[in-house]
Amino acid sequence: MNTFLQQVINGISQGSAYALIALGYTMVYGVLRLINFAHSDVYMFGAFMGYYLANNRWVQSRLGTSPASAIVIMLGAMILSAGLGILIERFAYRPNRSASPFTLAFWFGILGAAAGQLIGQSFATLVAGAGIGILIGVVIEKAGLRPVKQDSRLGLLIIAIGVSLFLENGGQQVFGADPKFFPEIIPTTLMNFGSLKVDSQKLIVLGVAVVLMVLLNLLVHYTKTGKAMRAVSHNLDAAKLMGINTDRIIAVTFAVGSALAGAGGILVALLYPRIDPLMGVTPGLKAFVAAVLGGIGNITGAMIGGLILGLAEVMAVGYGESTYRDAIAFIILVLILLLKPDGIMGKGSTEKV
Amino acid sequence: MKKWLFWFSAIVVLAAMQAGVRDVIGPYYFQILILVGINIILAVSLNLINGVTGQFSIGHAGFYAVGAYTSASLVYYGQTSIRAAISFLPHMAQDVVLLLLGLLAGAIAAGIAGLAVGIPSLRLRGDYLAIVTLGFGEIIRVLILNIDAIGASRGFSGIPLLSNFFWVYFFVLVTVVVVHNLVDSSYGRAFISIRDDEIAAEAMGIDTTRFKVMAFVISSMFAGIAGGLFGHFEMNLHPNSFLFTTSFYLIIMIVVGGLGSIEGAILGAILVTVVLEAFRGFGPFRLVNFAVLLVLIMLYRPQGLAGNWRLFRKAGAR
Repeated sequence: MNTFLQQVINGISQGSAYALIALGYTMVYGVLRLINFAHSDVYMFGAFMGYYLANNRWVQSRLGTSPASAIVIMLGAMILSAGLGILIERFAYRPNRSASPFTLAFWFGILGAAAGQLIGQSFATLVAGAGIGILIGVVIEKAGLRPVKQDSRLGLLIIAIGVSLFLENGGQQVFGADPKFFPEIIPTTLMNFGSLKVDSQKLIVLGVAVVLMVLLNLLVHYTKTGKAMRAVSHNLDAAKLMGINTDRIIAVTFAVGSALAGAGGILVALLYPRIDPLMGVTPGLKAFVAAVLGGIGNITGAMIGGLILGLAEVMAVGYGESTYRDAIAFIILVLILLLKPDGIMGKGSTEKV
Repeated sequence: MKKWLFWFSAIVVLAAMQAGVRDVIGPYYFQILILVGINIILAVSLNLINGVTGQFSIGHAGFYAVGAYTSASLVYYGQTSIRAAISFLPHMAQDVVLLLLGLLAGAIAAGIAGLAVGIPSLRLRGDYLAIVTLGFGEIIRVLILNIDAIGASRGFSGIPLLSNFFWVYFFVLVTVVVVHNLVDSSYGRAFISIRDDEIAAEAMGIDTTRFKVMAFVISSMFAGIAGGLFGHFEMNLHPNSFLFTTSFYLIIMIVVGGLGSIEGAILGAILVTVVLEAFRGFGPFRLVNFAVLLVLIMLYRPQGLAGNWRLFRKAGAR
């Protein structure tokens, strides 16, 4: 009985981390009908930002290892992740919908920076390369090359895959391909509840996740922005006609989802301190499964889906074959899609001709 | 008569190239050439389901893996007894029989896997189908990781070298011709009608589920053949060759080339394989550059590089 309870706690804390990532998937799917494959890399990015903030001299000397420093690290990583989310949306997805100047300049700048780094191996050549790239991009854009607007969701999906590839491989260059060890920003203590021993990190993960989800619910249901988000996810074109600035709302959605993923990255790093640029791939897929499980586009569903997935996985590892761990998520996915394709909380939709 | 002439001359040309191509271009480019051929088979077959029938599958690597492992294990474990049964043939002919048996087994196994995946999941549409196929692909890989007889996570090594330039490009031809003729047939019209408007197709009396499953199974069988050719060329297999990223690369090939057209799939397979190799000069930034290029192509030329360009005029695909 005790081991069972122990497993339940493990499962819930693991699941709440999945749920945080799943929320970003579900929110983006809600507004753009896009499986944002790059989301799992935002989660990786969040963990790395937390790592660098925690090792930052200023943060260390000012705050030490106090709860305040943990909060600063967390918020900092969330804000940076939100920024990355906005950048992704602005330069990879928005050009598909509406006029977005400087798209080419942005990507050429990145190519130029890579070229500069490759040629000179120094920061100066990197900046020079980026500058030249941006210049070429601006010139070509002025000459009239504009992104082609398209409503093919397949094209958007390929772009998402491209951005994900870009972030994973860019991450290997910027952060280094070797794994890093996330510092213990909150000291671990073992807490006793009767005969049950619980690692304090797990409770913290659970607590932070719950707080963030409550905040998200408040944002979505009790603010004007939240109302606009719901309107956009209900019907983008109608929302636009009603005077909602849909591009702004989509950017906000990406920012919020990415911030949650960044927080998820840090929380998972608290449980499993090994972080590397490819760490997002598997949890990202599983979080997506969680989102589908709960009914994609549905925020409550994503939370429930995450918890179920976390519990199922931990139970499977605890009582069955651990080598099949990664297959569990997909077996659940296949079953749920075959039995109830709209997910647990999803509303069935009938297609009208 | 004309068909007979086509195949005869193709076989003669391929056999002549087989004799010399490796020595002329060197082992490195030869390796790439073989990889290009295998990727063409994969891309053209994936295009049948994704481009022609309009069903978005991202689990092709799973069927590729089933074919590769089935074919390799049949030859690996059955080699001695099969060779004994056909010992009256010269050694080279025995190799050919072994390879063809292996490919047949790979194709059948992959086809059965395709049927098993297709029947339940093809009721789903769009993204849901995509994610289920992705899930099945991963399940297949995890299963392989847990079967000790085929090497599990160690990889499956000691597979005899049976496939070569001739066989790879012979099957490239077979795949292209079969898919091309299929698209031009009444079956192909049904596939295309499902892509263009599933509800209208159904209203016209087309059994959409049946045709979708058919496209899926045929596509999987060719992936299985590609897997068999790959295993018998590389002589070892590892589950990491069949990650979902492999499926992603295949999708990228057909979309970059121009979705729905065979020419596009061929062009995409060649381009992506060659560009990925050529970018090795960029060292660590190889995949970064590749990813940026991919995003730019999709933003500025979403119809793919081939666009509306057609080599085979009669082809029905858009």
